[in-house]
Amino acid sequence: MPAVEVVEALRTRFSASASPLGVAVPAASLLEAARALRDAHGYRFYVLASATERSEAIDLVHAVRNLDTNDTLFVTTPLAKTALEAPSLAFVWSGAEWYEREVFDLFGIRFASHPDLRRILLPDEYQGHPLRKEFPMDTPWGYRPATPKPEAAS
Amino acid sequence: MSDASLPIVNQPRAPEGAVRLEDFAEEVVRFPGGGIATLRSDVLFHWAQKSSLWPLTFGLACCAIEMMAAFAGRFDLDRFGMILRPTPRQADVMIVAGTVTIKMAPRIRTLYDQMAQPKWVISMGSCANSGDHYRNVYSVVPGVDHVIPVDVYVAGCPPTPEALLEGIFALQRKIMAGTEGAADARR
Repeated sequence: MPAVEVVEALRTRFSASASPLGVAVPAASLLEAARALRDAHGYRFYVLASATERSEAIDLVHAVRNLDTNDTLFVTTPLAKTALEAPSLAFVWSGAEWYEREVFDLFGIRFASHPDLRRILLPDEYQGHPLRKEFPMDTPWGYRPATPKPEAAS
Repeated sequence: MSDASLPIVNQPRAPEGAVRLEDFAEEVVRFPGGGIATLRSDVLFHWAQKSSLWPLTFGLACCAIEMMAAFAGRFDLDRFGMILRPTPRQADVMIVAGTVTIKMAPRIRTLYDQMAQPKWVISMGSCANSGDHYRNVYSVVPGVDHVIPVDVYVAGCPPTPEALLEGIFALQRKIMAGTEGAADARR
């Protein structure tokens, strides 16, 4: 668990609130909170990015670690589905770059000022973001490529 | 007791269905080191093809580990003239071992098209056969036969090296029987 004073500092300076995973930081202050976590609180190691979908919002999740105290802090950022955009943390932690591309690929969250926001796992021409609840799965498989099926071999 | 009444016991009889010398008369082939064998040319070509199947390995998932085991010392596919080729230009048979994703599918098609005729495809494992438990996943093609024609399907998750061997033997029997390959059936 992260130190209490880290969470309290985030609460007072970046209008963070408690979250089941760690702290919830609004998107407006996420970049400044990330810089403070890295420089003032020693969270120098970026672990992962992910997201969870709720009915009206998507929670962007960043996990960072303090290698001196071995604390891992989960920073969640609720994003309304009508405005799925968050600041990129790729210039705070370089390791965030590909993880943010993965979150963009699978959830469709756009990261402002990301250096190279392309799909990372799925093909560039893929339609939709497959981990979203509204992604259609009633086709024979989730996504049908343009390659026609050859006639059955004899 | 006359000699004519004795059955001829010392002349070897060819087993049923075996290739007999009198079946081929069209071509005479002289092997290096002496000796003459007569063969029908298509039998000779089929024998040559099935005896040096150079595979283009397409290891995509855990099936590739079993494929590596089949090529390694214990099972040793070198015995059957199978030498791994890293390029499609030198390959005769493509062994698709693993889950085919829609991102990989165009690459498989490109490499298959670069292989020279005659060419065959072995689909190794449940994922390459049908998608298996990834069948309805958003990024997986339900069977490599949506992309390229397949000659032999090897079942298993993953198939053991023995199962892959049996698939290779099945392909060799198919070649020896002169059966039209999947690549030719599409033309």
